[in-house]
Amino acid sequence: MAKEKLKFAFYWAASCGGCEIAVLDINEKILDVVQIADIVFWPVAMDIKYKDVENMPDKYIDVCFFNGAIRTEENEKMAKLLRKKSKILIAYGACAQLGGIPGLANIANRKEVFEKAFLKTFSTHNPNNVIPKTRVTVKEGELELPEFYDTVKTLDQTVEVDYYVPGCPPAVERTLYALETIAKGELPPKGSVLAPLKSVCDECPRKREEKKISKIYRVYEKTPDPERCLLEQGILCMGPATRGGCGARCLKVNMPCTGCGGPCPNVPEQGAAMISALASILGLEEEKEKYSEEEVEKLISQIKDPLGTFYMYALPASILRRKVMKK
Amino acid sequence: MSDKREDFEPKIIGFLCNWCSYAGADLAGVSRIQYPPNIRIIRVMCSGRVDPAFILEAFKNGADGVLVAGCHLPSDCHYLSGNFKALRRIKLLKKVLEQYGIEPERVRLEWISASEGDKFAAVVKDMVEQIKKLGPSPLKGGVET
Repeated sequence: MAKEKLKFAFYWAASCGGCEIAVLDINEKILDVVQIADIVFWPVAMDIKYKDVENMPDKYIDVCFFNGAIRTEENEKMAKLLRKKSKILIAYGACAQLGGIPGLANIANRKEVFEKAFLKTFSTHNPNNVIPKTRVTVKEGELELPEFYDTVKTLDQTVEVDYYVPGCPPAVERTLYALETIAKGELPPKGSVLAPLKSVCDECPRKREEKKISKIYRVYEKTPDPERCLLEQGILCMGPATRGGCGARCLKVNMPCTGCGGPCPNVPEQGAAMISALASILGLEEEKEKYSEEEVEKLISQIKDPLGTFYMYALPASILRRKVMKK
Repeated sequence: MSDKREDFEPKIIGFLCNWCSYAGADLAGVSRIQYPPNIRIIRVMCSGRVDPAFILEAFKNGADGVLVAGCHLPSDCHYLSGNFKALRRIKLLKKVLEQYGIEPERVRLEWISASEGDKFAAVVKDMVEQIKKLGPSPLKGGVET
């Protein structure tokens, strides 16, 4: 070993754990990773404490793969700590990059989230109405929990981020691409998203003819033709507004894109891009004479929960970031 | 609260299409039709050019209302179907705005031709009144961070 090994860290904040598994999805290639790098911090797989990270010298970690959004005080603290200890910080996966599924909680606030999760769900049995508090005194002393914030943030709204690996979770080829560019020292300019520039449609093998739909189906309402574009068949597919790099993996199994790749480059936000795209093809244009306000209204009202559909992974990264908070 | 609303002067961003509505606003000007000064006009080539992101951006930056105006339906659009696209975009965007907690009435889509200077003035007047009733945008304090 002539060259010194790199030091990698993996951390999870507000996430489901899928990104941790995505790291292992590279299968035997993980052995190549271990060849070039030592993993110095990985809570899901190694017994190592936050204290040990605090004791590392600054910039000790070469590359930190950070997955998950910033939802609690603990997430924020670890994001700041790992930023300090890492030369390169990578927002790995949709949650770190865009807020992800946890970011959808931005249509509510802490109180509403707690009420739903701990009091109102059918499966909840909580007769004493206990909800999490940051401090509680028991007879052994005072216990602390990290504060739960009203608003979910992306990693780059919290600390400076060097690179982004999109996906929910990142596709194997995205993880490999990131690892290869790191190993070869060929990383693109800081701030780059490590994915191709084109949309999912560019990678989608389906046949596209003419995009003009008047009836929208939800996924369970229709068995789609496996050869044709799903959007043309009336199934809402976020492909046109979503950055590719996943190999259109959902489309290959007859499922529409839900947008985990985030916005295409130079687009202000993914949701607005999809509103534009969808409104363009939702057509009545040939029947101009027959047009009426009500018909358009009917056409649009077929889209249930537009915010949840167009911003499924990117609400905290959107222009407005969250639902207006009542003061 | 109520007396506050009376001296509240809303800021309205107007996206006017180059071919009809901007000319309509121009006509209102040269005809010296009086209308409230609350509107800040941005000329775009077509109402179909108005990306929903422009409107979201306007709200983020403190606009109390956004007016989008284009050529009359069905066939006045210089680009044939830009106004139809605008119509559906705004309708869809309004649903999203509602979910964001912003009153959809803050966004207004109007068809104003180059000869309708009086209509432009009336629309602005009406919109200012309506937004005064709604009060300042709930995003006035800036986007939550």
